Amino acid sequence: MEKEIRSAKARWQQNAVKKARAKIGERKPSFATSSEIPIDILYTPEDIQDFDYIRDLGFPGEFPFTRGVQPTMYRSRLWTMRQYAGFGSAEESNERYRYLIAQGQTGLSVAFDLPTQIGYDSDHPMAEGEVGKVGVAVDSLDDMEILFKGISLETISTSMTINSTAAILLAMYIAVAEKEGIGRAALRGTIQNDILKEYVARGTYIFPPRPSLRIVTDIFSFCRREVPQWNTISVSGYHIREAGATAVQELAFTLADGIAYVQAAADIGLDVDEFAPRISFFFNAHNNLFEEVAKFRAARRMWSKIMRDRFKARDPRSLMLRFHTQTGGSTLTAQQADNNIARVTLQALAAVLGGTQSLHTNSRDEALCLPTEESVRIALRTQQIIAEESGVADVVDPLAGSYYLEWLTDRVEREADKYLRAIDEMGGVIKAIENGYIQREIQTSAYEFQKRVERREQIVVGLNQYTLESEPHCELLRVNPLIEEKQRARLKKLREKRNAQENARALDEVERAARGNDNLIPPIISAVRSYTTVGEICDRLRTVFGEYRPMTTM
Amino acid sequence: MATMMRILIAKPGLDGHDRGAMVVAHALRDAGMEVIYTGIRQTPEQIVQTAIQEDVCAVGLSCLSGAHLRLFPRVVDLLKEKGVSDIIVFGGGIIPEEDAAALKRAGIAEIFGPGTMTSDIVVFLRNNVRSC
Repeated sequence: MEKEIRSAKARWQQNAVKKARAKIGERKPSFATSSEIPIDILYTPEDIQDFDYIRDLGFPGEFPFTRGVQPTMYRSRLWTMRQYAGFGSAEESNERYRYLIAQGQTGLSVAFDLPTQIGYDSDHPMAEGEVGKVGVAVDSLDDMEILFKGISLETISTSMTINSTAAILLAMYIAVAEKEGIGRAALRGTIQNDILKEYVARGTYIFPPRPSLRIVTDIFSFCRREVPQWNTISVSGYHIREAGATAVQELAFTLADGIAYVQAAADIGLDVDEFAPRISFFFNAHNNLFEEVAKFRAARRMWSKIMRDRFKARDPRSLMLRFHTQTGGSTLTAQQADNNIARVTLQALAAVLGGTQSLHTNSRDEALCLPTEESVRIALRTQQIIAEESGVADVVDPLAGSYYLEWLTDRVEREADKYLRAIDEMGGVIKAIENGYIQREIQTSAYEFQKRVERREQIVVGLNQYTLESEPHCELLRVNPLIEEKQRARLKKLREKRNAQENARALDEVERAARGNDNLIPPIISAVRSYTTVGEICDRLRTVFGEYRPMTTM
Repeated sequence: MATMMRILIAKPGLDGHDRGAMVVAHALRDAGMEVIYTGIRQTPEQIVQTAIQEDVCAVGLSCLSGAHLRLFPRVVDLLKEKGVSDIIVFGGGIIPEEDAAALKRAGIAEIFGPGTMTSDIVVFLRNNVRSC
């Protein structure tokens, strides 16, 4: 059979293909995926000779989970449509959340401003100009109470993009729920809590890697007992990809980070099957549809093997890679911004065909500013059209068995494995961050991509081809410029009215835990309850842990 | 032989998205310029101090967090305060057209938005930077 196919293919190439090429040639001298994996004209059974259905794919909800983490996938429940939102004040963000819920969104995703993410209060000099800009400003529990006003924390699941200050924001979420009489055990949601990628891509680190990892593992062990339904980490490739990584690098560096977290938790004596089921992932979806689908499938297969073989996990939930996807911000163009709707559709389709558990679709205007309400609605509708009209949600892993896709899934896995081995040889991902290896790999890919765009080897519609002389003007959302002043005034008032002695005592308790080995989360919860601010808690932790000074890789 | 153009690429504010800054830095270096990169989270004061210390002829600011209207003009003003008149300031990031116009009025020589070809920045610097 295989021999037959091989000789038939050879004949086809010798005759038909040769003739066609002689007549019109091909569009490019060579074809490759965005990760520079060279691709052939056609794939046949010959390309997946070693393919073993049971070993490589299996069945959805079963090892190695290539086909998906649930047996019935979207036939039972669609993915969670979760638009990342937040800007300005807690009041404004609360309004946007209620709007999104009214439009059919099924989960919340909170964006915090940079001062909140980096542990500065709104009145800190470093916060100047940044308050309320890329997300909502949260200084104290007071803001958090307003942020979730009128939203039932018992029924909604909330994802918070928060990393070095994740413990504090989680503590606030718990405290808000408590005030409403909702127990910790009922809370569902995710904190990003992935500090390692901040050192290589996103930049919102505060402390050096080792104390940062200790906070991460404190959260793991606290939530295991107290907030059992909470996803304690979302190991994120998203930002690594946005920083310029290829699909293969995104996959490899994310899994390498995941390995480091599991190892860190195992090192302090946590049983892998007790925390691993709460680990989730966060990937990007760019335009190369098949490569993206291959990446998601390879990710599941690789993680299940890593967890089984390397960490000896036995609980099937520990072996499952569950993930959120966001479409690729860096693929959006400021030029002819409405074209971004088409890009987002393709990317969202890739995420769904790849079996994502939740999805954020970017808005068309995000290369220009924060999205307007109308743009966000179109982005959400894009998901709803894929879900309700396209039919792709009706069959599990519908692209499986495609010669090309199965070949590419294998190839992406192999390429990512090479990186994982290289990182292991370096002594693990922290070493690879400290010596700048990962940063350099990402930067090189980013620059190579830019050069391809400038040489027009990579076409970006509306940017280096099909351009317009004058760009259509679009409506922009602006953050109220007075928000910074208002937030500072609120904070000043808060500092006056709260119990200063209580705050001081609470901060001492945080420091005591930080200096010793006690779990940091309980004293942080006490601190936020008495309206101690994010900045105050972080300042105290800075005195214990110090601050991270990045190495320059330029 | 002309001396090498020294350019400072800087990230003011808290924004950690440095892909654009790095790509520009690489491209300017490949175009034969000498490039110093500040790293992220710099205050306007730190940037101006570095620019003077390193004796650069231009400062490129990158900000994607929306804080550009506050931070970019501050760099220009601080340079003026220090009596520096021969360092030009340019910028890039997620910057709407109207803001770009406002920044130019505030003394930023040029704004390069998303989709800019790095070759355009090279040409801009060669045309606008006086000998230094």
